[in-house]
Order: sequence, then C-alpha cells, then structure tokens
Amino acid sequence: MKALDIKLTRDLKRLWAQSLAVALVMACGVATLILAIGSYRSLDETRSAYYERYRFAHLFATATRAPRHLLRRIEQIPGVARADARVVEHVILDIPGMAEPASGLAVSLPRDLTGTLNRLYMRAGRLPEPDRPGEAVIGANFAKAHGFRAGSTLHAVVAGKRRRLTVVGLAMSPEFIYALGPGDLVPDDKRFGIIWMSETELEALADQKSSFNSLSIALLPGTNAEPVLAGIDETLKPYGGTGAYARKDQFSHAFLDGELTQLSAMARIIPPVFLLVSAFLINMILSRLIALEREQIGLMKALGYGSWTVAWHYLKLVMLIAIVGILIGFAAGTWLGQGMTRIYAQFFSFPFLIFAGGVDVYAISAGISIASAVAGAVKALWGVISLPPAVAMQPPAPPVYRGSFAARLGITRLFSQLTVMAIRYLSRWPVRSFVTTLGVSFAVALLVVAMFASGSINHMVETIFYQSDRQDATITFADAKGPDALLSVRQMPGVMRVEAFRTLSVRITHGQLSRRLAITGKPHDAALSRVLDLGLKPVRLPENGVAVSERVATLLELKPGDLVEVELLEAGRGKVQVPVTDVIQSYLGLVVFMRIEELNRLAGLGPRVSGAHISADASQIGALYDVIKSTPALSSIALQTKSREKFREIIEKNIMISTVVYTILAVIIAFGVVYNSARIQFSERARELASLRVLGFSRAEVSRVLLLEMLVMVVLAQPLGWAIGYGITWSVVEELASDQFRIPFVVERSTLAIASLIVLAAAALSALLVHRRVNRLDLIRALKTRE
Amino acid sequence: MPEEIFVVEDITKIYRTGEVEVHALRNASATLYEGEMAVMLGPSGSGKSTFLNIIGGLDTATSGRVMFRGLDLTGFSQHQLTLFRRDRVGFVFQFYNLIPSLTARENVALVTEISRNPLKPEEALELVGLGARIDHFPAQLSGGEQQRVAIARAIAKRPEVLLCDEPTGALDSKTGVLVLEALSTINEELGTTTAVITHNAGIRQMAHRVFYFADGTVSRVVVNKKRLEPAQIEW
Ligand SMILES: Nc1ncnc2c1ncn2[C@@H]1O[C@H](COP(=O)(O)OP(=O)(O)O)[C@@H](O)[C@H]1O
Ligand SMILES: [Mg+2]
Repeated sequence: MKALDIKLTRDLKRLWAQSLAVALVMACGVATLILAIGSYRSLDETRSAYYERYRFAHLFATATRAPRHLLRRIEQIPGVARADARVVEHVILDIPGMAEPASGLAVSLPRDLTGTLNRLYMRAGRLPEPDRPGEAVIGANFAKAHGFRAGSTLHAVVAGKRRRLTVVGLAMSPEFIYALGPGDLVPDDKRFGIIWMSETELEALADQKSSFNSLSIALLPGTNAEPVLAGIDETLKPYGGTGAYARKDQFSHAFLDGELTQLSAMARIIPPVFLLVSAFLINMILSRLIALEREQIGLMKALGYGSWTVAWHYLKLVMLIAIVGILIGFAAGTWLGQGMTRIYAQFFSFPFLIFAGGVDVYAISAGISIASAVAGAVKALWGVISLPPAVAMQPPAPPVYRGSFAARLGITRLFSQLTVMAIRYLSRWPVRSFVTTLGVSFAVALLVVAMFASGSINHMVETIFYQSDRQDATITFADAKGPDALLSVRQMPGVMRVEAFRTLSVRITHGQLSRRLAITGKPHDAALSRVLDLGLKPVRLPENGVAVSERVATLLELKPGDLVEVELLEAGRGKVQVPVTDVIQSYLGLVVFMRIEELNRLAGLGPRVSGAHISADASQIGALYDVIKSTPALSSIALQTKSREKFREIIEKNIMISTVVYTILAVIIAFGVVYNSARIQFSERARELASLRVLGFSRAEVSRVLLLEMLVMVVLAQPLGWAIGYGITWSVVEELASDQFRIPFVVERSTLAIASLIVLAAAALSALLVHRRVNRLDLIRALKTRE
Repeated sequence: MPEEIFVVEDITKIYRTGEVEVHALRNASATLYEGEMAVMLGPSGSGKSTFLNIIGGLDTATSGRVMFRGLDLTGFSQHQLTLFRRDRVGFVFQFYNLIPSLTARENVALVTEISRNPLKPEEALELVGLGARIDHFPAQLSGGEQQRVAIARAIAKRPEVLLCDEPTGALDSKTGVLVLEALSTINEELGTTTAVITHNAGIRQMAHRVFYFADGTVSRVVVNKKRLEPAQIEW
C-alpha cells in the first residue's frame, strides 16, 4: 500500500467514532431516499403495469338504470375506444361463524369477456358459469381473511334478495386495489369484500334486465377526457346519471395517488435534511483535520506532492466515510423498503408487489450522497490546495477573539471566567455554532413530524367516533324509502334511537368553481351523527342553507354567507340557490349537510330516507345483527365500533413502526451532530483545557466549559426544532389532504416535550462520551503538542 | 573551479500582512557550487529561511532571479515548482515534520514512491544509522532519531541539493552531532550539494563556505580553510 494510503487508514482508525457518526447520518439520507423513491417506483410501476395488463378503464359513470342500447351511442362519442356496461350493487353478507354482518360490492361479469375492461386477476379457481346460479368469484383478500376457498359458501342479500353463494374463484381487480367498506377508515378484509357474479344472475337479482347502472370506458390514446365526460353525462342524464368521472376521482386510484404524493413529499423533505447535516459534519471534521495537519500538508507539498494529490488524499477519507454511509444506507433502505411493502400489503390488493429499488435508485442515492459529501468537503479541500508549502511550515496564528456585545455591556462580568470562555467560543464561531444548533433542531423537528401523527390520529378518532358520529351502526336502504321504513328499523331488537338521513348526488357551484359530491340531509336536531363546527361545537342546521366542510369550503372558495347553487343530479334534478351558513369539521370525504326536509322538498318525491344511524343496546347486539343480515331492504351496514377497532389496530401498529424508525433517525442526527461538535471543540481546545487543569481547575470545571457551550446550543435548538417541526408537519398535512381524507393538524405539547427529551438524552450521551475524554486528558502531551 | 548549481541574483521578498509590509529579503545575491557544504548563519529574522525556501521552490521571490543549473526558477509555474521539489530537492526542517501516523520506513517511502530513481527506504535509513528503527512511529523515536529519519527521507530520492533549516535547532549537542555526521556523510559519499541554516556558530567549521545573513541580504561569504569533522565541533 502507498504510504499516503497507510496514513489514510490510520487516520480513519483514529477518527472512527466521528467518521461512523457521519456515515450513519449519511446512511439515513441514503436509506430514506431509497425507501421513498423505491416505494414510489414500486407502487407507481406496479400500478401502471397492473392497469395496463388488466385494462383498467379511464372513465367511469353510474346511472340508476340505463338501457343497454345506450352503449352503442356512448361508443360513438369521439375518443371512446370501448365502453363496458355493468351492474354494481351494494350487498350485505352473512358469513358463517361471524356474528356481525359484513358488507360487499357485487359486480357483474359480462357474458362475453373478450376485450373487457377492468379484467380480473384470478388467484385461484374459475369464473362463474352464466347458467349456474349462485356461483361467485370473491376478492382474494376477503377470501384470505375468512379462509374461503373454491367450494366455500356464504349468504348475500342482493337488492333485497337473500342468496346462497358458492365461491368458485378468488380474484383481484385493478379497480379495487384500495377498497373501503361503508363507514370504515381503513380496509377491513373481514368486513368488506368484492363479489363478482355472472351478468345474467346479477341483472336478474338487481332488476336490471337489459340495462346497467355502471359504466367503464377506455379512451383512445391522446384523447382529451373532458368532452367525452360531457358526452357521457349528456347521454346518461335521463337515466339517473350522476356525472361521469376520470381516474383521478376513482376511489382506489385517488387513494394510491395520495400515497404517491406522500412518498414524493417524503423524498423531497427527509433525505435532504440528512444529506445536508452530513455535508456539514464532513465540513467540520475535515476542516479540523486539515487545521491539525497543516504542517503535514505543507510537508507533502515540500516533498513534491502536487496540491491536487494532497487534496485527493483528504477527499479519499471523505469518500470512504461516504461509501460506508452509502453501504449501510443501501442495507437499511432495502430493509425499510421491504417493510414498507409489507405495510402496503395490509392496505392494498395487488397481485404482486415487490420492493423494486432498481439499480438506478441505488445509483442515484449513492451519487447524491457522494455529491453532498464532496460539497461538504469542498471548502476544506480548497484550504488544502491553496495552502502554500512554505507557510505550512509555520504554526497558525491564534484565532482572533473579539470582545462580544455582551462584554461591552459588562454582562460578562456577571459570569465566571470559565463561562466567559464558553460564550466567547460560541461567538468566535458563529456559523459553526448556528449550524450545530440547526442540526440538533432538525433532530427535534424530525421527531415532531414523526410523532405528530399519533396525536393527530387520536384527535381524529376522538372527534369522529366520540364527538361527531356517535351512532353504533349506520344502515343504508337499497333505495330511498318512505318514513315507515324507519318504523321497522326502530322495531329491530335493541335499537334505542334512530336518526334518518338522506343522501343525494349533487353538483355544487360557486361562481366558476363547481364540484360533484354527495349532499346529506339530516334532522336539525341530529344527536347521534352530529354536525360540528371547527371548534367541535354542535351546529344546528339552518332552515334555509347548507353547512360545508372545510375541504369543500377551500375547494369552492366558500365562506359563511356566500350563495351556492345546489343542483340535484338525481331524483327530480331540482336546483336552488342557498347560502352557506357554517363551515364544519370533517376529515373524510367532501361533506355538505342540509336539513333533510329541505333536501326532500328539493328532490320533490315526498319524505324519503336513504338510511339511518342507530344506537343500540349492547346486550342485544347479536340479535340485532341477525335481523340486519336477513333484512332484504338493506344494502349496507357500517359498524362504528368495528371500524374504530380496525382503524386503531392498523394505524397504531404502523405509527408505532414509523415512530421507532424516525426516533432512530433523529437520535442518529442528534448524536452525530453533538458528538462531532463536542469532539472537535475538544480537539481544538485540548491545550487550553490542559492549561486550565494545570492552573488548578478541576476536571468537572474544565468539562463544564466544554459542556456549557454544547448545552447552550442544544437548548437553543429546542424551540427552533419545534418551529421547524411545526412547519414541516403543516406542509405534510397540506400535502396529504385529499378529497377522501384529511389529517387534522394537531401538534400536542407532549409531542414537543417527548421530542425534546429524546434529543436531550442523545445529546447528554454524546456529551458524556466527550467528558470521559476530558477526564483522560494527558496534561503533558496536550501542552507539549505544537499547535 | 566546480560548476555553479544555484545563482541567486538580487532577490527581494516582501510579505504583506494587512497594512504592514515586511521585507524578508532585500536584494540578496549568492552563488552555490556543485557538491559544496554551505552553512548559513545570521540573527533570527535575517531572512535565512526565506532564502532557503525560495531556492528550494517552496516560495517565490517578489523580484530578482534564481537560476538552477541554467533554469530560471523565477519563471516556474506551481506545477513546475512541484516537480522541481519532487525530483531535485531534499528538505530537512527544524521540527522534523514527520507524518506521525506513518512509521520511519513509511515516512521515507512517502518520498521514494514519487521519485524517479530513489534509494530503498531501508538503505536511506541505514545511511543515517537508523537501520534498526525502521518500523518505529515518530512518537517512539527521540528527537535526534526523528531528525535522522527526516534526513533519510530527504536523501532517499537522491536529490541534487539538500536544504536544511536549523536541523539541529531542537536537539542537544550529542544528538546534534549524530545529525551533522549524517549530513556530512551524505555530502561526501553522494556528493549532494548541501545548505544548512544554523544558529550555532560552531557548526560553520564543518562547511566549505559560510554565508552570513543580515537584514535580508547576504552580507559576507567566508571560505573555510580548515574543515572540522562534526564530532570535533564545539557547541
Ligand atoms: N509568512 C510570513 N509572513 C510575514 N512575515 C514573514 C513570513 N515569513 C517570514 N516573515 C518575516 O520575514 C523576516 C525573515 O524571516 P525568516 O526568513 O524566517 O528569518 P530567519 O530564518 O533568518 O530567522 C522576519 O522578519 C519574519 O518575521
Ligand atoms: Mg528561520
């Protein structure tokens, strides 16, 4: 080995702890980059491939009951490559061995499968035979949750008719990668499933002979969707069409989009923080090393080594640190990526999803890390290059300390000389002190961001399940019913309270802005499913007007007092101008409320209800379930307690995982920054500190000088970290907010406190390690070294 | 008459530190001959180090001319100066300037690796009487031993000139003699032109010629009639 390389390995051995600390910070950057880009890629590419291969439709539309011959007209709209008509029905499922009823979506399979859209990926079994009633293909995840196989049976209430179904196959569909049951916040494979039945059978059951209620459309490449959407709307209007929509409004697709947005946000926020901090640490370590080796650098040049050769020698050190960081990052990133794919498996239903980092993802991460390491080294290396060989023979002049502002005010006289030393040092290196403080504050911020989720989600659960939607169950009728339907609900076992609601598709327009959504009519004194304002106080719905959720208010630029046009897209197609009376709280979907009487007046079909929220006596719940399972008039059931439990189960586990991961990341940053700063200060001041010891100061007093400086920086980093954490959290919340879902922006004080405690502990640990060095300080050696 | 190796004409070196200008050298001139042992004496601050640094290509003069075997060093680029130092000059400094993380042999190898026709590191160390200490780190060597490693490092490349800035400055007389003996051996056996800066007037007795520095110029050059062996020098 070359002599210079021998020096390199020995330098690295001596600096291993500091180098490792930097490498770890860098590894965090690499790992999070691989995780974010790799997960993004896996999800995006798998989804695209899946869509492509299984012909996911581009546009979708629903109607109440449209004749099949319309298909030909729709296929003639310019740009339409193919249109498929289907029957889709909400169903209630009765599963052997499960007390509570489950919900499902029954989807018809066309007789002729050639060229159809939204094709099934068959996991097992076969498709139903059209001439054999009662055969069904069921969703693979739903099947797995219940252990269903070909030959298993279950009961379904389809459009008011109870049927025994035999499972003949297990499948997945690009339409239902992400599927939620009614009232659920996360997928619950036990209580919600997709069921595919033959067209013949489902048409008959749903009374849709020679007609359809769901439309899927594939576009020719390069087609502008807007005119096609308008054409479909025009065609379906007389048949209860509620407005065609594109993929971006398709539930499963939109949810995946949200996830992808989140991943790209993560890729833009988190890895840069780590790479920035590691670049800074490299700058710190290398500058220090070069200051220490000034004479050696001059010597190498005097011996005839070129400036670039000497600079390359130091750059190699940086590269080695970077390579170690990158390798650790590769391993950690792959491991995290695989973990992420496992988490995805809980939410998404893909035929296959592997963490596909891809060579280029690794290459890009490595390249970016090397670049940031080199960027961190540039300034110090320039020092190496510009150091003239002759000057290097002389020791550097002592740093110039200036009387600080505090000194001029006479404040320093209030402190001991040791404290003054510490303060002078901080102001002597303002940039370094600031960047150290900033580095520690990133650690705090990272923890705030990581832990805010659990606070927010607790807040969300509390609001949704205990303040707003306090019913035990929500049942929906197959179609809108008269008021006497409520009577039969009231008579079900254990039912204590019944609260009707009416849901209709509407288009809400405010000036140029317009949005298709579902409006819900509620009684003005709703007590189970309550309407709450932004301060979570109950709102009494007005006689004339609507209450809109925050998200709707943002989308349509609404504030109380504004007039909006509400146009029904079904049932009479009435249109009214009403004022917005309240902006209300809602985390899920686009929500608009109106008094049920007003909505019914607008619909013009007399008093109607879509369903009811009920509260029930827990001791009779089994009997209630049994009745619901066999009540033909119902099309879906939401169970609040079950939804809440499933939500808690999945979210808490995932939050736990991400909190642990982020805590490790934050501790690495905090430790890396504090340890390195303290080590470098110690190295710069070993002589000074040894002199203090010789003058008779105790070890504790000498350590105090060093630790006081760290303490000042670490303490200042806390409020800064909270502020940065707040900022990032806020932007994450904004970025994540979609029409389906919005996380409340709640950063609890305990989150700030815990974040600070963790960082302070990491700082204390690194301070302790440096303090041990002060204790071992070799007085003679420190004073003798020429520097 | 032996051939000229260095011809220095009227060099001036001005250091500017902020407002202050320091004239380290003022119109200094001197000629060094092939194979001679030159000793440079003079009070501290008289410009000896600056002179040596400039002829060794460590630094450049503000004005004047330095000719090395007919080459004009003053016109050299940084890169040419690097090559000049690498191939032709050996340096020995007062504080040895060894790389602490490299052993004696590795410190010498640092130079032999980049030279065209070097001695083996072991040979060079043998020449300065350190054959037994080749695997010691600088911290495990005495000051005199460290300085002899530095000399071995300087001569290992078979330099055309050996420039020593107070090589015995940090040493006691006994170890100082060992170092001087090493220099004298190299001057005689390899015929390397050697310039030695010193504070110690006694050392002048081992020189062929003595250059006296004062106020940034060479004020006097004295030829030694009778040279002494290093061991005979009074400290
Ligand atoms: N890098 C420098 N910057 C400013 N002044 C310098 C520098 N190097 C040397 N000097 C000044 O130049 C003068 C000559 O220095 P030097 O050649 O080192 O003297 P000597 O080696 O004879 O003691 C001294 O006054 C010294 O302070
Ligand atoms: Mg000098």
